[in-house]
Amino acid sequence: MARQIGDVIVDLQNISLRFGGVKALTDISFNVKEHEIRSIIGPNGAGKSSMLNVINGVYHPQEGQIFFKGALRKKMEPHEAAEQGIARTFQNIALFKGMTVLDNIMTGRNLKMKCNFLQHALYWGAAQKEEIAHRIKVEEVIEFLEIQDIRKTPVGRLPYGLQKRVELARALAAEPHILLLDEPMAGMNVEEKQDMCRFILDVNDHYGTTIVLIEHDMGVVMDISDRVVVLDYGKKIGDGVPEEVKNNPEVIKAYLGTSH
Amino acid sequence: MSNTRATAADSASLDTFPRLLMHHAQQRPNRPAMREKEYGIWQTYTWAEVAERVRSIASGLAELGFKRGDRLAVVGDNRPRLYWSVAAAQCLGGIPVMMYQDAVAQEMAYVMQDAEIRFACVEDQEQVDKMLEIKGDLPLLEHVIYDDPRGLRHYNQRFLHGLDEVLEMGRIHHQNHPDFLGNEIDKGSPEDVSVMLYTSGTTGKPKGVCQSHSAFIAAAQGGCSFDKLTDQDDILSYLPMAWVGDHLFSYAQALVAGFTINCPESGETVMGDLREIGPTYYFAPPRVFENLLTQVMIRMEDASSIKRSVFQHFMDVAKRCGADILDGKPVSAADRLQYALGNILVYGPLKNVLGMSRIRVAYTAGAAIGPDLFRFYRSIGINLKQLYGQTETCAYVCLQPDGQIKLDSVGTPAPNVEVKLADNGEILVKGPMLLKAYYKRPDATAESINAEGYFMTGDAGFFDEDGHLKIIDRAKDVGKLTGGGMFAPNYIENKLKFFQHIKEVVCFGNKRDFVTAFVNIDLEAVGNWAERKGMAYAGYTDLASQPQVYELIRECVEQVNADLASDPNMSESQIKRFLVLHKELDADDGELTRTRKVRRNFVAEKYEVLIDAFYAGRKEQFIETQVTYEDGRTNKVSANLRIEDAKTFPPQARKAA
Repeated sequence: MARQIGDVIVDLQNISLRFGGVKALTDISFNVKEHEIRSIIGPNGAGKSSMLNVINGVYHPQEGQIFFKGALRKKMEPHEAAEQGIARTFQNIALFKGMTVLDNIMTGRNLKMKCNFLQHALYWGAAQKEEIAHRIKVEEVIEFLEIQDIRKTPVGRLPYGLQKRVELARALAAEPHILLLDEPMAGMNVEEKQDMCRFILDVNDHYGTTIVLIEHDMGVVMDISDRVVVLDYGKKIGDGVPEEVKNNPEVIKAYLGTSH
Repeated sequence: MSNTRATAADSASLDTFPRLLMHHAQQRPNRPAMREKEYGIWQTYTWAEVAERVRSIASGLAELGFKRGDRLAVVGDNRPRLYWSVAAAQCLGGIPVMMYQDAVAQEMAYVMQDAEIRFACVEDQEQVDKMLEIKGDLPLLEHVIYDDPRGLRHYNQRFLHGLDEVLEMGRIHHQNHPDFLGNEIDKGSPEDVSVMLYTSGTTGKPKGVCQSHSAFIAAAQGGCSFDKLTDQDDILSYLPMAWVGDHLFSYAQALVAGFTINCPESGETVMGDLREIGPTYYFAPPRVFENLLTQVMIRMEDASSIKRSVFQHFMDVAKRCGADILDGKPVSAADRLQYALGNILVYGPLKNVLGMSRIRVAYTAGAAIGPDLFRFYRSIGINLKQLYGQTETCAYVCLQPDGQIKLDSVGTPAPNVEVKLADNGEILVKGPMLLKAYYKRPDATAESINAEGYFMTGDAGFFDEDGHLKIIDRAKDVGKLTGGGMFAPNYIENKLKFFQHIKEVVCFGNKRDFVTAFVNIDLEAVGNWAERKGMAYAGYTDLASQPQVYELIRECVEQVNADLASDPNMSESQIKRFLVLHKELDADDGELTRTRKVRRNFVAEKYEVLIDAFYAGRKEQFIETQVTYEDGRTNKVSANLRIEDAKTFPPQARKAA
């Protein structure tokens, strides 16, 4: 493999997250290395999505420390996370249904636009130039994900699997260092899953993007992940390469249950 | 206009494709030669740019060791760079071998072994993977060049080269040897083989058809002068490059007339790209025209009732006088007025939606086109014509002249082509566009060209009173019923296929008591019909077995029977029994050729139990079939197929229904 796994880029240490009396995450530590595909798995309610929300600053854990690119991260808001190169997709598709695929992906470039609202409204001079430059980036992503034929189609008219792909496109348009994918394959058929796997691997390979992935399909997770962390009831019960995790008795117990 | 294109002295030396290319690069360096949609925007390459790239690729190929007479396999979608590599191989006196991009690896291996390929130029990772898969069986294969590097970064095989790399090598080579390529082009002779196209293999293994420069140039010149094509024309190149039609229209004619070819972004975007480019010259097999019409009709069915009635009214006007207006025949002033209004309200916008606003000449061929379909396009003012030809004749035998269009003929013999009929009705042709030979198959060559130098097409047909050629069927497919009546399966199948709900039909009846038929429904059209009826279905197999669908198909069959009954030659070949197949006939299962023609004998063998059931009078029959998916996996589908009887009509009866 030509892809080199780099240094630790996100390091989570002893993270605990509570919503009032409910403990969502308890004393969780793990790290993500640059250029790797890192999966988070666990039964329903294990705290996977909360974990992602901690990474991109939606939730602020009550305890623990987060190091991002080696520096201790202070309380960070989601837009700051986005500016630092963390993009994500959502479990329930969060696209503008009435807008075209192209426009939706363009919104992914939002943070990179330098001109102000008025300039953009007039679409003149620098704003026009800027828009063209962004459009080129967006077109690259469109080609990369092979969605040229639906470029001008309103998102609401697309089948679910394609909407998921558009969401990935929007996240990619932000040129992220880290891509957080929350169940990118939920509700897809086998062929759509295969396509999505291929795109995730391609993104990781071509752009070198670090990917943190939540997924329920074990086949997919074990196939494409470099390392897997397993959560159960907000606690970490396993961490390592897919082979280790698969044979971890704790993990088997959490997934299959044990006889008493 | 066309005779000012080149002076007489010039045209004598314009006898190979590389010379034509260099000529255009000098004569019209800044005219667009090719366009390609990249990153959502149409990029243009001028003739000068194309010539420079071709020179670089050719020099790069020479650097890799490509020699005169070597064959270059070309596989992929219609990409400008693949067209360039075709020209590059020709510059070096090599022979491009065009291969179908959707062929599976094993089919490719056969062609590559047969053609003794040392060099291959392929489009992308998908094709490279196929090459790697069959490399072991191809000891001669030395270099594989790919156009699109995506996904290939970790492929480190020594024999793989990016086309960019080859271009760069060629540029350096050209700096060091500036005279090299000019000399190579000078060495070329018009009698050299310019390209090898493989026959689709409707019968037996594919054969490599060797066509010389002079043959393809003759065919292209004939076609260009016949339809007055100039360097101002635009064509959309979207049909497989390995198909003779694309090679004639997008390569030979483009180089002869100097017009612009436009490559769509991808297979899925062709409709949109067609609309954006608005070609003036267009070619499509009947299937494409049919799909376009089906889509329009489906959308009209969902339109509001006012729109529907306006559409209906003006389509009736068009049906009445549209084709006559196009042919310049006398039409009453009232109808002309109505038609003009219709043009504003319906035909103009419709043509715009179809991307056909600018079309001057459109052709169709490859299969028979339905009369309703053909009439529809002509009636809205699209100059759709038919032509007739095969791979062995550079797709150039008969063309329909403007203004003399007959629905059921393929027109008159093209300029410089001689057509005559053998005693058994087989069509024989002679002219400058005939093949040189089948590659390494002197036996097959001798079999197909008779002692007087006529190519035997294998099609049966006859000339009508105006000298227009009519095709009935493949000569060898025409059989006899036990009752003595003629059985022309294609003729019957085509009649059925013209119904929008029917996609494919295979008829049987040779040496049998009566005619029977397998039917494939059109999933899109029937699906839409079922939706409007509120019928639930789970997929093709389920839909195909619904009793209402059988009723729908029965109506079509009986209509055809009524039609056949009125034709004295054909009244005995009415379809007595039919069934709707549980799966779509598919090229991946070997049932269709890559050009989507039915392989009749293969189907007959594969579904023998069903045919037996037809003639044993059974009401239903269980069948299990293996299907192959695009990725090569296989699965089984099984079904209990119902066999139904259709009403037949006494000879000469008018349509009763």
